[in-house]
Amino acid sequence: MPKRTDIKKILIIGSGPIIISQACEFDYSGTQACKALKEEGFEVVLVNSNPATIMTDPEIADATYIEPITPETLEKIIKKEKPDALLPTLGGQTGLNVAIKAVEKGILAKHNVKMIGADYDAIKKAEDRQYFKRAMEKIGLDLPKSGLAHNMQEARNVLKKIGLPIIIRPSFTLGGTGGGIAETEEDFEKIANLGLKSSMTSEILVEESIVGWKEYELEVMRDRKDNVVIVCSIENFDPMGIHTGDSITVAPIQTLTDREYQIMRNAAIAIIREIGVETGGSNIQFAVNPKNGRMVVIEMNPRVSRSSALASKATGFPIAKFAAKLAVGYTLDEIRNDITKETPASFEPTIDYCVVKIPRFTFEKFPEAKDVLGISMKSVGETMAIGRTFKEALQKGLRGLEIGHTGLDNKQDYTSIANDKLMLRLKEPNASRIFYVKYALQSGMNVEEISRITGIDPWFVHNIREIVEFENEIVSIGAQKPEDLSRALLQKAKQFGFSDRQIADLTGSDELSVRRTRKEKGVVATFKLVDTCAAEFEAYTPYYYSTYETEDETRPSKKKKIMILGGGPNRIGQGIEFDYCCCHASFALKGLGYETIMVNSNPETVSTDYDTSDKLYFEPLTFEDVMNIVDREKPDGVIVQFGGQTPLNLARELEDAGVPIIGTTVHSIDVAEDRDKFAKLLKKLDIPHPPNGSATSEKEAKGIASRIGYPVLVRPSYVLGGRAMRIVYDDDSLEGFMEEARDVSSKRPVLIDKFLEDAFEVDVDAVSDGDMTVIGGIMEHIEEAGVHSGDSACVLPPHTLKKDVIDKIRKYTHALSKGLKVKGLINIQYAVKNHTVFVLEVNPRASRTVPFVSKAIGIPLAKIAAGVMAGKTLEELKFTKEIIPRHVSVKESVLPFSRFSGVDILLGPEMKSTGEVMGIDYSFDMAFYKSQISANQALPQSGTVFISVRNKDKKNIISVAKKLRDMGFKIIATEGTAKVLSSDNIEAETAGKISEGDEEILGLIKKNRLHLIINTPTGSESRSDMKSLRSLAVMHSIPCITTIQGARAAVNGIATIKKGDFEVKPIQEYIKSITNEKPDTANRGEKHA
Amino acid sequence: MKPAILALEDGKVFKGYSFGATGEASGEVIFNTGMTGYEEVITDPSYEGQIVTMTYPLIGNYGITLEDAESRKPFLEGFVVKERSRIVSNWRAKTSLEDYLKKNNIIGIEGVDTRALTRHIRLEGAMKAVLSTEDLDEKSLTKKAKASLGLVGRDLVKDVTVNQSYTWKVGLGPHKVVVLDCGVKRNILRCLANRGCDVKVVPASTGFEEIMEMKPDGVMLSNGPGDPSAVPYVVKTVKELIGKVPIFGICLGHQMLGLALGGKTYKLKFGHHGINQPVKDLKTGKIAITVQNHGFCVDIDSLSKEDVEITHINLNDNTLEGLRHRKLPVFSVQFHPEAAAGPHDANYLFGEFMELMNAKKNRH
Repeated sequence: MPKRTDIKKILIIGSGPIIISQACEFDYSGTQACKALKEEGFEVVLVNSNPATIMTDPEIADATYIEPITPETLEKIIKKEKPDALLPTLGGQTGLNVAIKAVEKGILAKHNVKMIGADYDAIKKAEDRQYFKRAMEKIGLDLPKSGLAHNMQEARNVLKKIGLPIIIRPSFTLGGTGGGIAETEEDFEKIANLGLKSSMTSEILVEESIVGWKEYELEVMRDRKDNVVIVCSIENFDPMGIHTGDSITVAPIQTLTDREYQIMRNAAIAIIREIGVETGGSNIQFAVNPKNGRMVVIEMNPRVSRSSALASKATGFPIAKFAAKLAVGYTLDEIRNDITKETPASFEPTIDYCVVKIPRFTFEKFPEAKDVLGISMKSVGETMAIGRTFKEALQKGLRGLEIGHTGLDNKQDYTSIANDKLMLRLKEPNASRIFYVKYALQSGMNVEEISRITGIDPWFVHNIREIVEFENEIVSIGAQKPEDLSRALLQKAKQFGFSDRQIADLTGSDELSVRRTRKEKGVVATFKLVDTCAAEFEAYTPYYYSTYETEDETRPSKKKKIMILGGGPNRIGQGIEFDYCCCHASFALKGLGYETIMVNSNPETVSTDYDTSDKLYFEPLTFEDVMNIVDREKPDGVIVQFGGQTPLNLARELEDAGVPIIGTTVHSIDVAEDRDKFAKLLKKLDIPHPPNGSATSEKEAKGIASRIGYPVLVRPSYVLGGRAMRIVYDDDSLEGFMEEARDVSSKRPVLIDKFLEDAFEVDVDAVSDGDMTVIGGIMEHIEEAGVHSGDSACVLPPHTLKKDVIDKIRKYTHALSKGLKVKGLINIQYAVKNHTVFVLEVNPRASRTVPFVSKAIGIPLAKIAAGVMAGKTLEELKFTKEIIPRHVSVKESVLPFSRFSGVDILLGPEMKSTGEVMGIDYSFDMAFYKSQISANQALPQSGTVFISVRNKDKKNIISVAKKLRDMGFKIIATEGTAKVLSSDNIEAETAGKISEGDEEILGLIKKNRLHLIINTPTGSESRSDMKSLRSLAVMHSIPCITTIQGARAAVNGIATIKKGDFEVKPIQEYIKSITNEKPDTANRGEKHA
Repeated sequence: MKPAILALEDGKVFKGYSFGATGEASGEVIFNTGMTGYEEVITDPSYEGQIVTMTYPLIGNYGITLEDAESRKPFLEGFVVKERSRIVSNWRAKTSLEDYLKKNNIIGIEGVDTRALTRHIRLEGAMKAVLSTEDLDEKSLTKKAKASLGLVGRDLVKDVTVNQSYTWKVGLGPHKVVVLDCGVKRNILRCLANRGCDVKVVPASTGFEEIMEMKPDGVMLSNGPGDPSAVPYVVKTVKELIGKVPIFGICLGHQMLGLALGGKTYKLKFGHHGINQPVKDLKTGKIAITVQNHGFCVDIDSLSKEDVEITHINLNDNTLEGLRHRKLPVFSVQFHPEAAAGPHDANYLFGEFMELMNAKKNRH
């Protein structure tokens, strides 16, 4: 069936900011889809509020709206663009939800826009539990048994039908409170009773417990002619009960016979047909009882998903790209398989390796939250590894996770773990359970017992046992050095996925010696292709993974080539922004005629799309794995600047091994990171910085603190995202910090800076070619100093900075670039206090704000920087002047607090945000207002506001409160705040203190009678007093502002919107207006003297 | 671990470790790309004369269920894998792959770079090979491989067919089907029985008269091993059956029907052995993901287009996958609509066979 001709223009919804459960996989799929549709000659309109995406690059869609993703905005865009169709299945849950709302509000019908891919009914049928249940029953598929009960008698009747263990879920409660699993009748009585009480409608769902069953996923695709294929099958290492996003998962399925697999396949096909997903991909989850094979359907996602991104990377079958083509009318047999070129897409990929995905958690950022896993997703990123055995892929994945493990290693001595702790860590699913499985095996527990306790299939546990047994074999030989191991043993170690460092630990040696020895013995990595077809057909796409086999399939070319090291799994502090930069580097260098080689281990990203670079190596970002590729490819240059801290941490070792690192030298990176060397440089350049020092002991730390005076900012060196960074006010807290910090980075000292209270911060991104530096953007933070720059909102161009300050910032930026001999990007953080500009930090690498700045000024900074690193001058690249746009761009961060119940939402020096949004308009107030909607903090235009501020802010709150009152808001305030307000004739109702037992204000939040909260915390005591209030506000999605600057911006935003609704405008138009502006010579880049 | 060697006739050698039975075996080495279904592969009589390499590296994970076996015993000559599972994990498993091969005297080799072997076969073609755990001399093995028999021109059907007729199932339905067993997979019989057929299995050498005496409503030409041109006696029977009774041919059965209709067969470079082959039904335009296992193929151009209609095409390489006589109740497919292992997409063809038998009956 050829492509549809009734459609010319298609609107695509992106997924917005990176949040837990919705990350860069949707940039990957969205970018693929946009490119595929444009390729087919369609006009593509895109809405996505996330500037750090490749899909929002101006050349990807025809009109790109970096605007809030809401039905209202959608209607504005539709009015302006008049698209024929809406493709809602590529923007994650956000895309589906907004599309559903747009249909329900009649927007699509009114403007005559068709939904393609999946229509309203299909989405409803898949998403609504009751509809879904009915649909499954209709096609004769099994679901977990369940029944509703409104009193204990009804509940007992349901129990009788289903049996123990059983899950009780109260209806209409918030945050799933009041439910639980009952293992005994006694438990059941208790939990069911409680559940009935906590439900607002006195209703509970009593459901068969399938916790501990085997969990499976199938990725299914369907075309308009009803051809259906299964792209990938996935088996979860972790059983039912743990969110699949938090589970280690394995492709393909390992422990089902063909007969069982085909039953599942048939079910998946029946489901996609019954739900009615007309074209595109769906993800369908099943559970199987390991005792008897009973299979039940869990759920279906009628859209591309995290799993489909994984499936695409795991098989080489680009689901999103094909989904887009199917949506416009093609059938699977009309689409060619990119990899084999000759065969069609209407087949089922078969793979000849094992893929393991491991989630990456960030519990260390939220010490109040337990690292226990359940049905709500908590991980922030993932890594994928490919190997010829499960053992190899698992160990590669664990070292690729970058959490300090060199594989399934022996970081903890199993003999030192108390038995009850071991049992608990096995029983209760948690972020490091896989290591406890190993410790349990080491301490003599058998496979069956571990499998029974954990619910992990014996096949997986047994494979871990083989790793343990192999370690024992090496130890039993009594090898004192790697040379003592035979070639066969070394080869086997590598085939089991052991890293050189693991082998070094087992033989009392070091990584380099192991590497040398095994190379001497001929044990070297071989690279194989990911080709969708297990080598049945010739593959043309150079997408490789390493393994230890007899044949290597790489074909190194004679071209000039540059290798780009990616950022590995997403984590807080290092995410999509860096992947964006890596992709841009690849695009730019390809444009300059280089062959580009991407190395990365993150399956969610655009960088690991085999289309992005000339060659893709899907490998962990460790010294060993990178060197294996370098040995094979012998690149002319390696870029470590763009992937965040991950490649930077490898820079020194790589350079020492003779790898040609291009761009700013490793030495300069060292100077910027080393406090003493950096201080010397600043002194030489006469640039002020907060007094500081570095300490390796508690005594030293106290000495420094007393010299520079409290408060001080303390942190370990060489970390990203302000990991473990804290503001410390006295000796006691300093002691506590030193205690913890040693654990974070033992080799490196702790850095201590004077904390500049009441200063505000400025971020600068610039690019330098060694002779000239041009500023990309100067960003003024909205929150005061002390909030991590990654969590702070900022505005470009600065809106309150005076000219003298900006001039100073420019001057320092040029001086620092020159002083550090920067070749490429540089990011500098400044603090401004009373017209003095202090340098806080210099990072001679890509920063988190590069994509934001690039979008704001319409210049792809990372591309320019990559060009510079390859030897071009800024003049040649035609970027010689700082651009100061007339429009205002606001970046706002998005925080994951709702996932970690009970965690305080206050911002501090440790970064906590997972993503960001951009608001663009012609005034700061409107741009800020837009950014708040996008960040899911939509500001109310009327209602009740609760204000409670610390003493310091009391004076400043008056003007804020006055404006709110004038706009008709009702004000409730705590006693102290109310007093101050009343002295200025602002009426405020007084609320009692929560700590004194008055919970009225909490009641208002629960009843959704509060619409805005302004709460600036003082020292520690108010932090705890208001903590419950803030947490509750987050759970109820009430915007909660914790800084006075934020409050001011919010109130001005509300005032502006009340004067008139905002307009939408594509980024391409903003950029066009920049290019039309006359060059301002004042902002010219400066040639270094 | 005991070493084992797989030596190819072109001198290429793959080393690994022995599992299953020990000894020496020769056969044509081919690869199968299915990620599930090794039990069905091992017990598929069509692999008689072949050493099978599984491209999926982890084999044996779910053990052997015995109830999924496709025939009375394994027929392949040798089994090549990357890693054999030491543990069996499935609630239906009765024994392990290792024990099953040992018991049935099949030699296995593990630790092989099966992807390298597969690529070699893809580039150089399926070829004769020797798998040994006894003779570890590479040169000697290569010589043996060269001297081994190979598939072309060899009647392997006689080695796998039943000695005596038997009734698989007395059906409750209207049709009596006689299955000419050239190495039939049990799932063909199950699929017929599931549709209510009375299924009778007869040796491949059973002649036309003998079959007609059984008064069948339809004849099923089964799958089987090797070169179709090496079994002229079956082709002769088929020729005689055409027009007398509805016929459905699968795989080798399809090839023999092709020969009986005057077509020619040829050997593919490395064949189709897997469960993900896209086949288009030219009548409906729909695509089925099919199960395939054949090294020979009916030449699409050798058939008289006047008599024969092309019904199915392989979308990977455009080879012939199905044909139907324009006037007579005769059709066949190259792939396996009975699946096992593999997707059930093409199961509808058994329905078409039923219709063909219905139509014939109604006319009488």
